[in-house]
Amino acid sequence: MAASAARSHPLTALVLVLPGALTVWFATMLPTVAAGETIRYAVDWVAGLDVALSFYIDGLSLLFALLISLIGFFIFLYARSYLAGDPHLGRFMLYLSLFMLSMLGVVLADNVVTLFVFWELTSLTSYLLIGYNHTDPKSRRNALQALVVTGTGGLALLAGLILLALVAGSFELSAINAAGDAVRAHDWYLGILILVLLGAFTKSAQFPFHFWLPNAMAAPTPVSAYLHSATMVKAGVYLMARVHPSLGNTEVWLWTLTIAGAVTAVWASILALRQTDLKPMLAYTTLMALGTLTLFLANTSEVAITAVVVFILVHSFYKATLFMVAGAIDHEAGTREIGRLGGLARLMPFTCLAAALAALSMAGVPPFAGFIGKELVYKGALAVASEPGFVAVAALAANAMMVTVAAIVAIKPFLGPKGDTPKKPHEAPWTMWIGPVVLAVLGLACGLAPALLLSGLVEAGVSAILGLDEPTSYPLQLWHGVNLPLVMSGVTVALGALLFWQWPRVRSAIDAACRRLPAADALYDGCMKRLVDLAEWQTALLQTGSQRHYVLVVFATLAAGLGVTLIVRDAVVLPTAMPQVAFYKWAVVGLIIAATLVTVFARSRLTAICALGVIGTSVALLFVMYGAPDVAMTQLMVEILIVIIVALVMLRLPAFRDDGHGDRTGHIRDAVVAIGTGIAISLTLLAVLQYPLDRRLTDYFEANSYPEALGRNIVNVILVDFRAIDTFGEIAVVAIAGLACFALIKLRPGRRSAAVEKEAAASGGDD
Amino acid sequence: METVLAVTVGVLVAATVYLMLSRNLVKFVFGLMLLSNAANLTIFSAGGLIRGEPPLVPEGSYVPDGVVANALPQALILTAIVISFGLLAFALVLAYRAYQELGTVDTDEMRIAEPRPEPRTPAPAGKGTAA
Repeated sequence: MAASAARSHPLTALVLVLPGALTVWFATMLPTVAAGETIRYAVDWVAGLDVALSFYIDGLSLLFALLISLIGFFIFLYARSYLAGDPHLGRFMLYLSLFMLSMLGVVLADNVVTLFVFWELTSLTSYLLIGYNHTDPKSRRNALQALVVTGTGGLALLAGLILLALVAGSFELSAINAAGDAVRAHDWYLGILILVLLGAFTKSAQFPFHFWLPNAMAAPTPVSAYLHSATMVKAGVYLMARVHPSLGNTEVWLWTLTIAGAVTAVWASILALRQTDLKPMLAYTTLMALGTLTLFLANTSEVAITAVVVFILVHSFYKATLFMVAGAIDHEAGTREIGRLGGLARLMPFTCLAAALAALSMAGVPPFAGFIGKELVYKGALAVASEPGFVAVAALAANAMMVTVAAIVAIKPFLGPKGDTPKKPHEAPWTMWIGPVVLAVLGLACGLAPALLLSGLVEAGVSAILGLDEPTSYPLQLWHGVNLPLVMSGVTVALGALLFWQWPRVRSAIDAACRRLPAADALYDGCMKRLVDLAEWQTALLQTGSQRHYVLVVFATLAAGLGVTLIVRDAVVLPTAMPQVAFYKWAVVGLIIAATLVTVFARSRLTAICALGVIGTSVALLFVMYGAPDVAMTQLMVEILIVIIVALVMLRLPAFRDDGHGDRTGHIRDAVVAIGTGIAISLTLLAVLQYPLDRRLTDYFEANSYPEALGRNIVNVILVDFRAIDTFGEIAVVAIAGLACFALIKLRPGRRSAAVEKEAAASGGDD
Repeated sequence: METVLAVTVGVLVAATVYLMLSRNLVKFVFGLMLLSNAANLTIFSAGGLIRGEPPLVPEGSYVPDGVVANALPQALILTAIVISFGLLAFALVLAYRAYQELGTVDTDEMRIAEPRPEPRTPAPAGKGTAA
C-alpha cells in the first residue's frame, strides 16, 4: 500500500516550522561564533543554590545545535510520510519535538544543573519514542532498557557534575572549564571523572554499556535515524567534548577513553557484519562511530580533535541518510532483510542516489566529506601520544569493516536480480527522499569545498574542545599528497572490498563465534530479574500486611536506635542510690505501676478499663503535688470521660479470647521488645535529666505573662495568648476527630450483616 | 523524684508496647491510652519537678512570687491531653466500626488493604459487607 493513499493531516506540517526556524536562527549565529566569540543567555532559576537557566553558544554547542535542528527538519518531514495514516501521528510529532528541544537544551546548557535536567529529559522522551509501538512487548522492553541504562548513568552524572561544580567553584560549565588545572589537581578528580564518564558512556553506548543501542531499533525508523545519527547517542560524546578542557589531558582520561573507544569501535564493527537486517546493521555502525569519537577525544592533539569535530558532522549526514533510506526501503518493499532485497535501483532511483552518495561518504571515498574525516582519523591516530600503533590498527580495522557495511547497504538492495519482497516496491514519496538526498549532497559538497563550508565551524568547535581562545584547527583539505594516511585509506578500501566479497562466509563465521560468547543483553536481563527478585523478597519481608509486625518493627527500631545512641555517646546513667522520696509519693507511683500490670494481664476488659482509670487518676495526683492544678483538673475530667466512653464501646466488642501474642515464642519476642523499649525510654529520660534545665522560655513567660498579656495564670496565658495558634490547631484536631467519629457512625455504605450483629450481641454481655 | 518518675515512665512504655503488639484491637486501644499517660509524664518530669506553688502571678505584682512550677511543660501537657483524647475517641469508633464491618477484632484478620500473598481459603467471617 502506498503511503500517498493515507495522507497526513495538513496541520501536522506546522511542526516543520519549529526545526526550520531553529535551523535558520542557529545559522545566523555562525559568523559570530566562527569569529571566535561566544553567546550566553541566562535567567536566574534557583538563585539560592547557584542554579541558573543559562545557555552558552560556542563552536561546539553551535555545531551540535545546527545538526540537531537541520537533521530534525528532514526527520520531521520524513516522519509525516513514513507514519502517514498512523492514528497517533500527533502524539509522535509531540514526542519528537520534545526530544529535539531537550537535546538542544543539553548541548546549549551552560549551568550543570540545566544540563542535567535536559539530559534526563532526553532519556525520558527517547523512552517514549523507542517505545512508540507500545502494543509490542519487545518495543516496551527495549524502551525500558534504554531508560534504565541511560537513567542510571544520568544519576552518576548528576553526582559527578555537582562534585565538579563544587571543586571548580562554579556551576557554569564555561567557568568550570576555565578552572581545569584546579580540577585536575584536586583529590576528587578521579571520582568526578568516573561519575561523569559513567553518564557519558551509558548515553553514548560505550562498551560495556553498548547493548541498549541496537535494541533501541524497536523504534520507528525516523526515530532511529534521528536518535542514532545526530542526537541522543551523541549526547555522551558531546559531554566528553564539553568537559575536555576541565577533565581531559590526564593519564586516566587518556587510557579510559582510548580503551573503551577502541573496544567499542572494533567490536561494534564485527557485530555489524553479523546482521542481515539493514537497521541493526546501521545501528552497530553507529556504535562504531561513537567508539571512534571516544577514542579520539582521549587526546589533546589538534589533529585528533579536528578529526572528532569533522567526523561528528560527516557521520551525522551519512548516518541519518542511510537510516532514512533503510526506512524507505522497508516502507516500500515491506522488508529490510538484505537477502530478500535486490534490484531496487531502477524502481527507487532517488533513494538509490541518496544511498550511494551516503555510502561513498561512509566508506571514505574521495571526494566525499567522509574521506576528509577518515584521513583526519588516520592522521590523528598516528599523532596520538600514547600508543599510535594500537589506535591506528583499531581505526583501520573498524574503518575497513565500515567500508564493507557501506557496500552491503548501498549495493545489495539496489543492484542484482529483483528480490522477493512482500510488497511491490516503487519510489517513496518525495518527502521521504528529499532529506536523504539533501544530506548526502551536503556530504559531497563539504568534501569538495571543505575550506568554504566547514572551516569556520570546525575551527570554533576544535578550540572549544581544547579550551583555546582563538578558533583553530588542523587544515581541512581533500588532497594532502601521498603520505601514510593515504596509504592506510587505500588498505582500508581494499580490505573492505575483500570482506564484502567474502561477506556471507565472514558473516556465518562471526555468527558462530558470537553464539559461544555471553551476550551483554542476557546479562542485563539477568540483572533485571535479580533486581525484581530482590524487590519481591524484601517486600515480602517488610510488607507482611500484619499490623502487629509493623508495630514490632517500629518499636524495635526505636529501642535499638535509642539504645545504640546512648551507648555510643556514653550517656547511660544508672541511678546509684535509692532516691529519697516521701512515703505518699511512693504510694502514688506504686499505684501507677500496679495498675499498669493489672491492665496488661487482666483477663476481663472491665478490670483493664478500671485499672486504666486508676493510672489516669494517679497521674492527676502527681500533677497536683507538683504545682499543676490546671493540668490535674483537665486530666481528671478527660480520664472520667475516657473510662465511660471506652466502657460503652468496649462492651459492644467481643471478649478477649486470648491475649493476642500467639505462641510462647511470640510472647517472649513481644515481651523483649516491650521491655527493651521501656528501658531505652527510661535511660533516655535519665540522661536528659543529667543536664540543667534550660529555663529561658519559662523565664520569658513568667516575666511577660502579666505585663504583656494581662493574665495572672501563666499556663493559661501561654495557651491562649503566646501559643494561641497552637491551641487553635488543637481545637481543630478535636473538632475533626469529632466529625470523623460522627461520619463513621452515621454514614454507612451498606447495612451490616445479621451474623455480625448476632455475634456482637452474644459476646457483649460476657464481662 | 525525677529518677522514680523516669523508671515509672519506662514501666508505662513497656506496658504500652506490649499491649500494642497484641493482635487484639481492644488491647491495642488500651496501649494507646497508656501511651498518652507515659508521654505526659515524660514531658512533666523532663520539665523539672518543683514542689507546691502553681505558676501564678499574685494580685498587685507583675511577676510570680519566688519559685513556682515550670509553666511551659504544663501548657504542653494540657494540649497533649486534649489531643490524645481526640485521637482515642477516633480510634475507639474506628475499632468499633471495623468490628461491625469485618466481624473481628483480630488485626491479623483485617487484610482488605494488604491481602495475604498466598491464596487462602475464603473465610466467611471476614466478609461482613457481603450482605
